[in-house]
Amino acid sequence: MTVDTVGRFERALEGLEVGLERVAAADATERIETIVAEPAVGSPLPFDGVSLPGEVTTEPTTAELEAARTGVTPVGFAIAEYGSVAVESTADGAEPISLYPERHVAVVAASDVVPDLSAGFDRLADGFDRGRDSVVFATGRSATADMGDLVHGVHGPGDVRVIVLEDR
Amino acid sequence: MAQRTRTERADRIRHLLETEGEAIHAHASASNARRYETYGATDDLEALRTEARSIKEDAIGRLPDLIETVREAVEANGGTVYLADDAADANAYVADVVESRTDANGTTEDGDTPSVVKSKSMTTEEIDLNEGLETEGIAVTETDLGEWVLQVADDTPSHIVGPAMHISRPEIADLFNERFDPDEPFETAEELTRFARDHLGEHIREADVGITGANFVVADSGTITLITNEGNARKCAVTPDTHVAIAGVEKLIPTLSDLEPFVDIIAKSATGQPISQYVTMLSPPTDSPTLDFDSPDEPITGDDDGAADGSGAADGTGDPDREFHLVLLDNGRMNMREDDQLRETLYCIRCGACSNSCANFQSVGGHGFGGETYSGGIATGWEAGVHGQESAAEFNDLCTGCSRCVDACPVKIDIPWINTVVRDRVNRSGESESYDFLVDGLTPDEETGGIDLGKRFFGNIGTVAKAASATAPVSNWLADVGPVRRLLERTLGIDHRRDLPSFQRESLVDWFEGRGGFATSKRRAAEPRVQRGGAAVSSRRAERAGTRDGDTGLDREVVLYPDVYTNYVDVDRGKAAVRTLEALGVPVRVPDLPESGRAALSQGMIATADRQASRLYAALAEDLDAGRDVVVIEPSDLAAVHREYERLLPEGSVERLRTNSYEICEYVYGLLENGADPSALSTGDGAEPVAYHSHCQQRTLDLEAPTVAVLERCGYAPETSSAECCGMAGSFGYKREYYELSMDVGERLASEVEGAETVVASGTSCGDQLETLLDREVPHPIELLAPGGYRA
Repeated sequence: MTVDTVGRFERALEGLEVGLERVAAADATERIETIVAEPAVGSPLPFDGVSLPGEVTTEPTTAELEAARTGVTPVGFAIAEYGSVAVESTADGAEPISLYPERHVAVVAASDVVPDLSAGFDRLADGFDRGRDSVVFATGRSATADMGDLVHGVHGPGDVRVIVLEDR
Repeated sequence: MAQRTRTERADRIRHLLETEGEAIHAHASASNARRYETYGATDDLEALRTEARSIKEDAIGRLPDLIETVREAVEANGGTVYLADDAADANAYVADVVESRTDANGTTEDGDTPSVVKSKSMTTEEIDLNEGLETEGIAVTETDLGEWVLQVADDTPSHIVGPAMHISRPEIADLFNERFDPDEPFETAEELTRFARDHLGEHIREADVGITGANFVVADSGTITLITNEGNARKCAVTPDTHVAIAGVEKLIPTLSDLEPFVDIIAKSATGQPISQYVTMLSPPTDSPTLDFDSPDEPITGDDDGAADGSGAADGTGDPDREFHLVLLDNGRMNMREDDQLRETLYCIRCGACSNSCANFQSVGGHGFGGETYSGGIATGWEAGVHGQESAAEFNDLCTGCSRCVDACPVKIDIPWINTVVRDRVNRSGESESYDFLVDGLTPDEETGGIDLGKRFFGNIGTVAKAASATAPVSNWLADVGPVRRLLERTLGIDHRRDLPSFQRESLVDWFEGRGGFATSKRRAAEPRVQRGGAAVSSRRAERAGTRDGDTGLDREVVLYPDVYTNYVDVDRGKAAVRTLEALGVPVRVPDLPESGRAALSQGMIATADRQASRLYAALAEDLDAGRDVVVIEPSDLAAVHREYERLLPEGSVERLRTNSYEICEYVYGLLENGADPSALSTGDGAEPVAYHSHCQQRTLDLEAPTVAVLERCGYAPETSSAECCGMAGSFGYKREYYELSMDVGERLASEVEGAETVVASGTSCGDQLETLLDREVPHPIELLAPGGYRA
């Protein structure tokens, strides 16, 4: 079921022009390293055996946040139906790190990819119960048509990559 | 605000058609087309709409409780809730919050006057917050790209969702090149967007306070939901250390689970996207660190010792440096809640689907079809509620009641009804006019004086038509004479360029009586007919006719409703309906029946419509008791019975009428499905092309499909039109101030069908409009199908 769900997530992301990579936890750091454009900032990854590559700055200063080309964050869960990732507002700055740089790399465990919005709301409700009550469902890339044509990367990232940790 | 005169309205509409129409149509119709696609791909759409509506009904029902609930939740989170009575109250409160960021000299920590960045809020447009803050010396920068374009252009929103929809890319480029004088002139949307990102990014980084609206507010957790595509709302909410969210009280919903259907449907209805890029759910003050770009070398997580390990505060108190204010705005909403007719407006989730689906809006946009703040179909309710009836009166007539917005609205608001009610109220607030005597003598309506003469004339069109028919052809000749046309234009506002209907001397009812009434019809329905298929067919028909009851189970009798146009103007389609039904073995009665009330409803004359509805029901009661089917040709009359009568008649009466009344082609479809033989009709060769324009209200009633099916069964290959509406809507297109708009809308439809050899339309006004624009006959589908065909 998880495999199917991740497959559905991948197809939804294809439609949004967002790349998805499935990796084993042991290979994750290396894979992230290859898709990070520097300078990069990030918030720590809470997955056993997975750490951010050395060149990704955690606890960035505002100057580093502003200069960063890539932001790497974990996401609480993902919704396969729409290709959404749930970014939480945490004290380590996942929200601005996922928002300010041009490229956002979202890392999610395969077991945290839920099939549809309804399952997403169940996860959301669990989080709210635990005090995680500020969450963004981010779907694809920032976009606007207000300047006369569709343009990506307005205020938020114009490039999004998703890493799915398959053995978590 | 003073009401515009008829000439001023006509000038204003012409100006908008020329300057903004093209850009508006391109964007609004594209969003509308995407909405159809996404709605079509959503399996549980109806369930979703029903659920969304019922949540709103419940929430508005217990709004006072929800206000207390959200106050407790936000305060428990560490924020503040302020309930503002009106615009001045809200603006003063927000100015106080911003000024609390300054010292005695009115400057902030960095020595500047305070600055605010803003995102996503029609509600702040409603209260003119920017002006309010700027008079206090507070700089406000809009960060939604569309809103920012308007701020630079010193313009106002023309659409609830796409506020700058009326400005084209080259116009934006010119504006920005002039204002910002870049090294290389801006040209592409990409270049303009990059510039906006950098420019606005700087304002966001330096702002002291971020102000956002809220699409929804979850009461029991104090969660502000912002639905956006750009990402700036998130930046405005989380970058400065102070966040003010301003929302109408109606945005409150009880719990987090109530949010789900809205998150699922709002982007679908607004832009046709499955979901928006960012569904931001913040229960502020959030744990997210504040970003002080004036201290570039401080870690963003530095202030919050011990939290930088990734565990976060997660204790509901948020980052200690954060401040949050939720301003809940009343500004007339609690009164709307008490108003049985306007209450539904509060269910609105501001998706703009009613605007996009509206043919008139697609031509003039929100600067024509809108009031001080809100635009589109639902704007009538909003403007009447928050700015007063006068603001609504300015544009209320642009809703022709076509009802295309009814299927579009994600919370199933009966927008045309709200427009009818407000029109009725506006009518009653007018002064008595000097020509009243002219219409008083002619019209037996229930309305008190003071209503616009043109409205009373069209609202009583049945009486007018009866008199005109009795005096035809003299009345037709007279109506075409120059001085008479000028009088009609001056007194009733009927544009002299519009062809008037040609009244027939012999009404359908008289024709039917003249040929022997029901007895003749019964005989004809039982007659075997000789068909062009030859002897085999005719003998089969004869055999079937002889054993009809047992063979096909058809044992029906029809009361054909002689609506005003069918009875006095388009008598041929009535005759065609009678011949068709008889050919399929069904005897017909055509009694002289009262008006449906449609004409009166269109003019906002509810008392008249109410009385007519009662009379029609009384006149049909015996037929209904006898098990006869009521068949209606004019879709707008059928729509009155099926949709509006529930506002006018007891539930039981409405149910009886609704269950037993049918549109003519729908009825024919039923007969064919039950074994009636289509070869008795005028059939095509199997693939004979026909362009078919259904009718706005007919489409809303899901009655386009049966006509298409009948045409296909009878050997035609119908192509249906996609334009929402013909722009005529009966009286609408006759009125001088709307004539050009009506033509603009009509041209879009005409250009879709002009290539077809045969064009048919179900509505009288659609047919009239197409006949004028295409300069050829546009019959009702039943005329095409009737034995002998419409050219016979």
